Amino acid sequence: MTSADISILLPEIFLAVYAMGALLLAVYTGKDALASKIVWATVAAFVVASFWVAQNGEGTNVAFGGMIIDDAFARFAKVTILLSGAAVLAMSESYMSKRGLLRFEYPILVTLASVGMMVMVSAGDLMALYMGLELQSLALYVVASLRRDSARSTEAGLKYFVLGALSSGLLLYGASLTYGYAGTTLFSGIVDAAGHGELSLGLLFGLVFLITGLAFKVSAVPFHMWTPDVYEGSPTAVTAFFATAPKVAAMGLFARVMFDAFGGVIGDWGQIVALLSVLSMFLGGIAAIGQRNIKRLMAYSSIAHMGFALMGLAAGTIGGVQAMLIYMAIYVTMNIGTFAFILSMERDGEPVTDIGSLNMLSRKEPGKAFAMLVLLFSLAGVPPLVGFFGKFYVLTAAVDAGLAWLAVAGVIASVIGAFYYLRIVFYMYFGEDRDGIDGQMAPAAWVCLMGSAAIMVLGVINLFGVDGFALAAAETLVN
Amino acid sequence: METIILFAPLVGSIICGFGWKFIGEYAAQWVATGLLFLAAFLSWIVFLGFDGTTQQIEILRWVESGSLSTEWAIRLDRLTAIMLIVVTTVSSLVHLYSFGYMAHDENYREGEVYRPRFFAYLSFFTFAMLMLVTSDNLVQMFFGWEGVGVASYLLIGFYYRKPSANAAAIKAFVVNRVGDFGFALGIFALFFMVDSIRFDDVFQAAPELAERELSFLWTSWNAAELIAFLLFVGAMGKSAQLLLHTWLPDAMEGPTPVSALIHAATMVTAGVFLVCRMSPLMEFAPNATAFITVLGATTAFFAATVGLVQNDIKRVIAYSTCSQLGYMFVAAGVGVYSAAMFHLFTHAFFKAMLFLGAGSVIHGMHHEQDMRNYGALRHKMPYTFWAMMIGTLAITGVGIPLTHIGFAGFLSKDAIIESAWGAQSVSGNYAFWLLVIAACFTSFYSWRLMFLTFYGERRGDKHTHEHAHESPMVMVAPLGVLALGAIFAGMIWFKPFFGDHEDVNKFYGVPVHAEADAAHGESDSHAEAAATEAHGTETASDDATETGHEAAADTHGVAADGWTIGSGAIYTSPDNHVMDAAHDAPKWVKVSPFIAMLIGFLMAFQFYIRRPDLPGKLAENQQLLYQFLLNKWYFDEIYDFVFVRPARWLGGFLWRRGDGAVIDGTINWVAMGLIPFLTRLAGRAQSGYLFHYAFAMVLGIAILITWMSIGGGAH
Repeated sequence: MTSADISILLPEIFLAVYAMGALLLAVYTGKDALASKIVWATVAAFVVASFWVAQNGEGTNVAFGGMIIDDAFARFAKVTILLSGAAVLAMSESYMSKRGLLRFEYPILVTLASVGMMVMVSAGDLMALYMGLELQSLALYVVASLRRDSARSTEAGLKYFVLGALSSGLLLYGASLTYGYAGTTLFSGIVDAAGHGELSLGLLFGLVFLITGLAFKVSAVPFHMWTPDVYEGSPTAVTAFFATAPKVAAMGLFARVMFDAFGGVIGDWGQIVALLSVLSMFLGGIAAIGQRNIKRLMAYSSIAHMGFALMGLAAGTIGGVQAMLIYMAIYVTMNIGTFAFILSMERDGEPVTDIGSLNMLSRKEPGKAFAMLVLLFSLAGVPPLVGFFGKFYVLTAAVDAGLAWLAVAGVIASVIGAFYYLRIVFYMYFGEDRDGIDGQMAPAAWVCLMGSAAIMVLGVINLFGVDGFALAAAETLVN
Repeated sequence: METIILFAPLVGSIICGFGWKFIGEYAAQWVATGLLFLAAFLSWIVFLGFDGTTQQIEILRWVESGSLSTEWAIRLDRLTAIMLIVVTTVSSLVHLYSFGYMAHDENYREGEVYRPRFFAYLSFFTFAMLMLVTSDNLVQMFFGWEGVGVASYLLIGFYYRKPSANAAAIKAFVVNRVGDFGFALGIFALFFMVDSIRFDDVFQAAPELAERELSFLWTSWNAAELIAFLLFVGAMGKSAQLLLHTWLPDAMEGPTPVSALIHAATMVTAGVFLVCRMSPLMEFAPNATAFITVLGATTAFFAATVGLVQNDIKRVIAYSTCSQLGYMFVAAGVGVYSAAMFHLFTHAFFKAMLFLGAGSVIHGMHHEQDMRNYGALRHKMPYTFWAMMIGTLAITGVGIPLTHIGFAGFLSKDAIIESAWGAQSVSGNYAFWLLVIAACFTSFYSWRLMFLTFYGERRGDKHTHEHAHESPMVMVAPLGVLALGAIFAGMIWFKPFFGDHEDVNKFYGVPVHAEADAAHGESDSHAEAAATEAHGTETASDDATETGHEAAADTHGVAADGWTIGSGAIYTSPDNHVMDAAHDAPKWVKVSPFIAMLIGFLMAFQFYIRRPDLPGKLAENQQLLYQFLLNKWYFDEIYDFVFVRPARWLGGFLWRRGDGAVIDGTINWVAMGLIPFLTRLAGRAQSGYLFHYAFAMVLGIAILITWMSIGGGAH
């Protein structure tokens, strides 16, 4: 019994043991001198673990009396998390070492956060949920303030921590309410207690508080306020990580809780999610227009994108979850490419974040500028790039679920959002000629940028089959 | 060979239009002209060697969509063969003529290259026109139909520096759109009813269409009547019939060779061709054909009256064209399609010649077009004078009454007038009288043109008259060729076009029995039909006779007629005896157009040779009538008031208020007012203070809880 349970959790255990081993090794030997090697080892471990997860799992397996669920949905999310984590680590290595930020704790913390995320998307119980969430969050609080001598970085870490604690409190409050009224922490038990279309006031409160806690993690409006500050203050490599894997994990957890624990009352949480979605899309689009700092801009961009992903969730259908998963996979890919570019933005060895420094980049670096153009068009959802299909899927799902108003709002918001993406393109191709960025790109970052841009173009053929996996994942979750 | 005829002008157009930079201006022009002469030569071979059997030559598959299957094919029958020689002959002569006419043009600056473009347009037009007449289905025809429209637009506006030319080009295009809309609706309706737009299928289905109903606008109509009417609306636009005629006089802004080719000989006759082509359908739509007859006659009369008082030499001829087209429609309307084609054929020669002659005069008079400034030019331009004289004799219909000897117009126009009488219907009688009166007017304005231009005293600018000169040989030679046609075309081809039934049937490849039934009067009987078989063996092809036999054995009725429909170039129903009635018309009917012509001539002689002061006095005495005619019955003014101004007002309103104020205004307000405001607001909310952020979260959860408790599904 126990061995079967453990075998299901083996990839997570493998990563956790690896993290401990690496920590011990580094502490007792070269410390930061080993950091670079540990980064690459971690990348390798992530890739191995992701293949393991992808190849090993079959069907739906339940471990530890229902606390951990390993199904197609969890595997899809885990593979996305691990691969994006690996990509971010790989491209940030040279950036961090150049800035003297490359401490050996960094890859280890990222590994621990990733383990937390894997637990999150596999959670079948409120306890497992909270455990995964906290493991992830605590690791992230630390990496946010990785640059200890910088006030901004410390401020970012502190803000994130305080607000994260608040959201954890709200989430825990919701969890305890739910437990109190359902009499169990197991999702399978809660879904029976919640009934079909019937929801007691206590459970409703529990649901709303749970949603609040989750919405904080996906940075949905109005629980998004930490995002711009943390994105700006953290080292860029950390920001790149924030913008990718944790978002997938949080969104996966969101879907997991909503469908597994409250699958009988889709109508209730559907409207909350729809509201969060529309607010996020509009605020993300509108507020980003005012930003000159590309990291803040990407923060608002990610808020808007989370709004679109939530639209798929709000649909509450198989198609909706499938659309959400596809959207997240595409979003992560685009963000990896974009951040690979942002990491290379520097002048005289100092990182710059002002979008004005991109003026006439097309003349100096036509290849990079063009890759960035493709990514930005894709982020804006311009056909025929892959980003368009992500939006297309969620809009279709919303329309099919009878949420036409939400789809219309999404289209309007994406028009507003297109402005700030295209403004960067404008700077790169038609801006005034003045001192721009002059940094060289690390090979890994270059591969990430070009690869992600190539995917945006080539993916239009069949999305590399991701839609099929996403469909299988969605079918196991929604029933 | 037919393929070469069809594509030679296109090749010429492309080489001339795009290749002149490589091969030089003159070479380009000669390539275009040479290819057209080749096409004309081959067309005559086809025409003379044609046996009357319909052939289909497939070129390529075109549109395949659902049940819509469109081939790109040449349908070669007698109608096509006639149109082929008309189009290619006139076009090649006009190409040649243009060498002289377009040699120097004051509308273009020194060093500007415009001639290859002109020739390319002409060749392109020819291609589109050939496409139209050789089409095997309605979509292909529509392609050609629009193609000639484009070419016409480009050529009317060829002098693009002249605002009036641009306005005329737009007017021609827009007015034609109105007609084309009707045509397109007709095609849609046919496809809707028959599920095919191939001529063969459409013709087969014609009897059936006459018994079906079709809902359109507010009520349901007889399908055949409605479709025939809609197709005729298209013909009205292209052929400048009353109500949609206003573009043709203005189209004279184009260079004169264009007027000769497009707006006299070929494109404007496309409407007549369409009605003849659709004869199997028209025969089943008596009301629509009555409408065609009345409208054609009215146009003939109207245009002739306006032509009486116009002073611009080209406008006189333009109204004359409009009027002659009316004649053709009358013939088609009463069911004598061969007579319509006959007049189309002869008219192409003499009207092209009149235009080219007028062009020669204009060229010689340094682009002076007002006839009041001409006079006594017959000595200065003898060749032109004689060409115009022959054209005038042809258009007025000079010949020996009660024989078949005379100028081309004499035979063909009289055939139409007799046919109108022969229809023996209200519309036919109406058309007969109007056409006789119009014949009188035709004679008057034609002679008026001759007298004002070539006789009398020199008027206008003295300097211009002194420098008036005969045109070069490249311009005079085409006149000579056309003159031959204007003199002899009628006499040579009278029998096949309007001789008697057998000749006409043989010429058009019409299988015999149905016509034979008609020839023998009301008799539908088996015996009668079988007896006519003897003719059948002689005249029609084996195949047709074979089937004819079977059909005749079916005694009578739709089944017997059904198969013959569409197997000849034209179809006349067994009850259509108009041509025989026309042949049996009393002598006074046959002589009446000649008398009318004489009256017209004498009046013109009196007015412009013997008493040149009379016209002015008459105009003063009858000021109201004179102004009415001079202003073309005020059609332009009425249209301007009813259509143009409201449309302009609406356009201006939608532009300024609708687009400018509402759409642009809203978008500008949103993009430049609202969104930046919201952006600032969002920026201010992002204060950086932790407690603000926490407060926002708490506020959010409070709102969510409240909302869900009150409005949500809580119990």
